[in-house]
Amino acid sequence: MANKRDARQWRLATQPLDASTLEITFSGRWCLDQRLPAPDDLASTLTAGTSRLTFRTNLSSWDSAFLAYLSVLIRLCAARGIQADQDGLPEGVRHLLAMAAAGPEQKIAGRGEGRHNFLHRIGAAAVEFFHGAPEMLRFLGEVIFSFGHLLSGRIRLRWRDLWWEIEEVGPRALLIVSVISFLVGLILAYLGADQLRMVGAQIFIADLVAIGMVREIGALMTGIIIAGRTGSAFAAKLGTMQVNEEIDAFRTLGISPIDFLVLPRIIALMLMVPLLTLYSGFVGILAGLLISTTIFDIGLFEYYNETISALELKHFAVGLVKGSVYGAMVAYSGCLRGMQCGRSAEAVGEAATSAVVTSILLITISASILTILFYQLGI
Amino acid sequence: MATAVPIEVRNLTMAYGEYVVQHDINFTVNRGEIFIIMGGNGCGKSTLMRSLIGLQRPAKGTVLYDGEDFWHVEAAEHERLKRRLGVMFQGGAMWSSLTLAENVALPLGEYTDLSSHLIDEIVSFKLALVGLAGFEDFYPAELSGGMRKRAGLARALALDPEILIIDEPSSGLDPLTARHLDLLILELRENFGTTIVIITHELASILGIGDSSVFLDTQTRTMIATGNPREALQSGDPRVRHFLTRGEA
Repeated sequence: MANKRDARQWRLATQPLDASTLEITFSGRWCLDQRLPAPDDLASTLTAGTSRLTFRTNLSSWDSAFLAYLSVLIRLCAARGIQADQDGLPEGVRHLLAMAAAGPEQKIAGRGEGRHNFLHRIGAAAVEFFHGAPEMLRFLGEVIFSFGHLLSGRIRLRWRDLWWEIEEVGPRALLIVSVISFLVGLILAYLGADQLRMVGAQIFIADLVAIGMVREIGALMTGIIIAGRTGSAFAAKLGTMQVNEEIDAFRTLGISPIDFLVLPRIIALMLMVPLLTLYSGFVGILAGLLISTTIFDIGLFEYYNETISALELKHFAVGLVKGSVYGAMVAYSGCLRGMQCGRSAEAVGEAATSAVVTSILLITISASILTILFYQLGI
Repeated sequence: MATAVPIEVRNLTMAYGEYVVQHDINFTVNRGEIFIIMGGNGCGKSTLMRSLIGLQRPAKGTVLYDGEDFWHVEAAEHERLKRRLGVMFQGGAMWSSLTLAENVALPLGEYTDLSSHLIDEIVSFKLALVGLAGFEDFYPAELSGGMRKRAGLARALALDPEILIIDEPSSGLDPLTARHLDLLILELRENFGTTIVIITHELASILGIGDSSVFLDTQTRTMIATGNPREALQSGDPRVRHFLTRGEA
């Protein structure tokens, strides 16, 4: 019984053979499923006078844990100028150690240098951003160039792809746009009612909801929904095509991936987002109507008439222009990040995240610019 | 309990819905054997592998590991049986968010009590075995397809599995690297007694290292031969000889 138990344990013994030679005896079981000693523990045993190391073994079983242990030991010996004589090791161990040592180790500069400090990372991010800006402009230029080709008839749009994209980004987004727009209309009505009730002007909830939804919030909410839903999908799909070298295949055939992949997506979103914006405004107004008539005792026709009188054609025009611009921003960001994607699953995830962040940033910037512009133009 | 027949495939039928890929597959793999699953493109080799490693439930029949019915045991037992397998996928299937070292270290960290230092050493050793010494800090996306494949083998070897299942080890590798992998497979069998199942249509590997084999036929959608591939080349089924001689016999 004792022998069986011993055979299940690892054992290690060192014995000086002479003044300069140390013998290490491995016995028992040296396997991965055990808690083995740290190889560095032997470092103190290899005293200054040792110039040769020999091995003896009486192993019941061994696996790569034993090989890894020996690798460290042999490397330690080499670093200290000690000759490690492997003759006492089992033949299989020697073969596998030789196989592992056969391939030259690659030393690549800059690898494994550890993480950089906070300031370095900020600096690197800033440099990357400024390097990224020309890349964004170059991509914008390519897209404009491609639009030019389309308008001049030098390339043909694949209608089947365009219809597929239109269906994907338009009708299939209706449900989420409905839910979000209804809730936003509801919030807007409550917010307005709370303030307007103090001056006895609750009827103006209709004006607030109608103008707010049609002119600003409908477009903004639709843009953000589409950024999350469609922009990220564009980036993920194009990114996966990068990983699979499908985009490289287009390039090698002399087909512009911008013409083939990016243009239909941008056109689809520029067409669909304004329509979704109108729809969003309509759903928001319905939510306001529901709240006003059931909670705040405003008559159905009263609310309807107030809404009709508040809305002017220019509000629709502003909403449509904004929707169109936001759609273009989302399509641009999604396609840009997809086309810039690296060659791994990780990179696809980063591209999708980056597409959403870039879309929302561009939507916010363009919303500010358009609001100031329309104010200055008196629209 | 270990038996002389670690793998037995019994009346296995694999299908995607109504489409039967292969039916009535029967073979055994002996302990320490290098067993080749071969056949033409699209014959169902990789689907058979998926049934062997627990990724695709067979339409009929089952796989037994040391007599235990892999597809009809309790979930916990099914998981335990899976841990006895090391699997190398065709493209390497390396986790792209982890470095090569992290990929190989993950199963060691999960299933052993080894110190992190020894795990690092084992990882370096495994990578060196497949000719990737010094690539510990690389991400899979930074490597060529052949290197990713070899890294996949290093990860499959991480826990020194009793059974190693390898999908197309040599395809996409240069001849010297392919030969190195074949030698490594022989060393693993020799020293660890590893039972190795290789899914391949690389003739050099089939004839060079295979002890036994099964041939899956695309036309009849079933196995048409088992046995030593070198004997099959000499006197086997004409369809197998046709395959093993690149259509010259």
